[in-house]
Amino acid sequence: MAIIINENTNVVVQGITGNQGKFHTRQMLAYGTKIVGGTSPGKGGQEVEGVPVFDNVYAAMEQVRVDASVLFIPAPFAKDAAFEAITAGIKVLVIVTEHIPVHDEMDIIDLASRKGTTVVGPNTFGIVSSGKCKIGIPPNQFFVPGSIGVVARSGTLTYEIVGNLTANGFGQTTVVGLGGDRVVGLSFVDVLEKFEKDPETQAVVLVGEIGGNAEEEASLFIKKMTKPVVAYIAGKSAPPGKRMGHAGAIIERGKGTFNAKVEALTAAGASVATLPFEVPELLREKLK
Amino acid sequence: MKLFEYMGKEIFASYGINVPRGKMVETPEDASTVAKEINGTVVVKSQILAGKRGKGGGIKFADTPEEAARVAGEILSMTVQGHKVEKVLVEEKIKIDQELYLAITIDGAAKKPVIIASSQGGMDIEEVDDEFIAKQHVDVSVGVYPYLGREICRRIGLTGPVSKEFNRLLGLLYKIFREKDAELVEINPLVISGDTLIAADSKMTIDDDALFRQKGMPYVEDRTSIEKKAHDLGLAFVELGGNIAVMANGAGMSMGSLDTLVHYGGKPANFLDAGGGTGIEGTTKAIELLLETNPKVIFINIFGGITRCDDVANALVTVKKNKEIPVPVVIRLVGTNEEEGVKIIQENGMEAYKVMQEAAAKAVEIANAG
Repeated sequence: MAIIINENTNVVVQGITGNQGKFHTRQMLAYGTKIVGGTSPGKGGQEVEGVPVFDNVYAAMEQVRVDASVLFIPAPFAKDAAFEAITAGIKVLVIVTEHIPVHDEMDIIDLASRKGTTVVGPNTFGIVSSGKCKIGIPPNQFFVPGSIGVVARSGTLTYEIVGNLTANGFGQTTVVGLGGDRVVGLSFVDVLEKFEKDPETQAVVLVGEIGGNAEEEASLFIKKMTKPVVAYIAGKSAPPGKRMGHAGAIIERGKGTFNAKVEALTAAGASVATLPFEVPELLREKLK
Repeated sequence: MKLFEYMGKEIFASYGINVPRGKMVETPEDASTVAKEINGTVVVKSQILAGKRGKGGGIKFADTPEEAARVAGEILSMTVQGHKVEKVLVEEKIKIDQELYLAITIDGAAKKPVIIASSQGGMDIEEVDDEFIAKQHVDVSVGVYPYLGREICRRIGLTGPVSKEFNRLLGLLYKIFREKDAELVEINPLVISGDTLIAADSKMTIDDDALFRQKGMPYVEDRTSIEKKAHDLGLAFVELGGNIAVMANGAGMSMGSLDTLVHYGGKPANFLDAGGGTGIEGTTKAIELLLETNPKVIFINIFGGITRCDDVANALVTVKKNKEIPVPVVIRLVGTNEEEGVKIIQENGMEAYKVMQEAAAKAVEIANAG
């Protein structure tokens, strides 16, 4: 078992003929992802990495069953591409693109919620059900099967933590990148609920950061969970009022501070690591 | 990007929202001219990108054009809330019957715009009791219809002709919020003056990611010179004032690097997210930028995903060849093309760390050595 995507998930790559689209199609195929097609307007009939290219998602879906789509489309055009996928009937939409205008993100998520599409991102590294399916951009070698669920807001930091988990013998069921923007499709709670129900997931690692109140909201759910949770929050040393790279990573009007998040998570029964490399040790203690 | 008050008011006026008569000026002489045109008591307001200007002495009244010139001269020489004043807004003093609060912003948790209104305007909304605040989410596919305004009026106790005017204004403000790609539009106070509503202040933040399509939007620079340089290079950079220059790839990883340095007793000079997939050229520029913070040591922390370790290593070697790097560099390299990267580093007489905390501890040791 895994959550959201698995070994049977058929994926299309929107923007497959671009540099990023091409490179990551190759990487995803190498990981074992079932990529059944790509799209690029006007380039239907071509092939990229042995994958058939269609003019749009509609054309792809006439030919083959498609469960998920991943967007490698520049920010100004991402809303249009997302609308195409959602209205065509895609059930899982992974939006890797960063710097999408926030009003476009609200429009995308509004339509997705009405059509029943799960949106991973925007501004995410993607989602990996280890050993089964990778949709997105993380390096392949660190994601190995196991029993830990990981949910995170940021990319590279997640690789660091997943790398540490794998090195310590903790494989993963699914690793989900919510995305670094202020408005994203999935919340921590959405994903924690799925991990709580997933029979293979034994414990969950939550990688948060300063800004917003997503971690505080997650705490309310963690309190009710039967599975142990270990968390790491980035940005302890960040000054207020400054955006730390991610649109969502900013302490505004005293809200979204490191301390508030750690207090909420600790009170909910989660173990909070002070530094990224402490996560495996805390996990080991929790699983004793 | 934050807009100055006068810029927000110009946008308000262009959409049909009432604002006080007035004009932005940069000299006492021009302040006097505007006061003469207004022909009555004026208010002179410092134009800075921060709130609580009144408390800092940045807002003053003047009864005559001469007084307006004098007051404007005073304010133009001031630093208010840490911001040097370069512009003032000279406006008519308006009759105030009541002050309301109205804002539209984005609720990240709800993934929707939220309208926030209060009968208690004029003060920081964070200090107003919840019972006086009405919040209403907006479905972007539905938009703002009059029923929403009527519901807000009911909850903040607004009745009569002013409630109709409020409803008209709310529709316009939402239109501005959407069309201008705003993250925040705030009117505080929204003044009831007889049967009319006047926006006595404006606060607007425009989404940086949407500036490409906001033709005609003024550009407001709110960065330090080095932050601006980084921005022009497409790098996320924040000055922090310490002596360890830091570069990592990814925002979360960069924050994690700072936290680790601070944990070991170090003082980071900056936050720098070199981004994913930055090539040799971008990485070279990032390293050059780090040198401008005058650090005692440079700490580079790379977990290669899209970023390739050999690219980072080559960039470091390139910078070293072109100019003297006057301080030690501690570099940690793992991930994509790690072997190649480490080899390049070693061939150039340096050492590459594999474990983040060991590298961080080493950087702190060097920085604190003297």
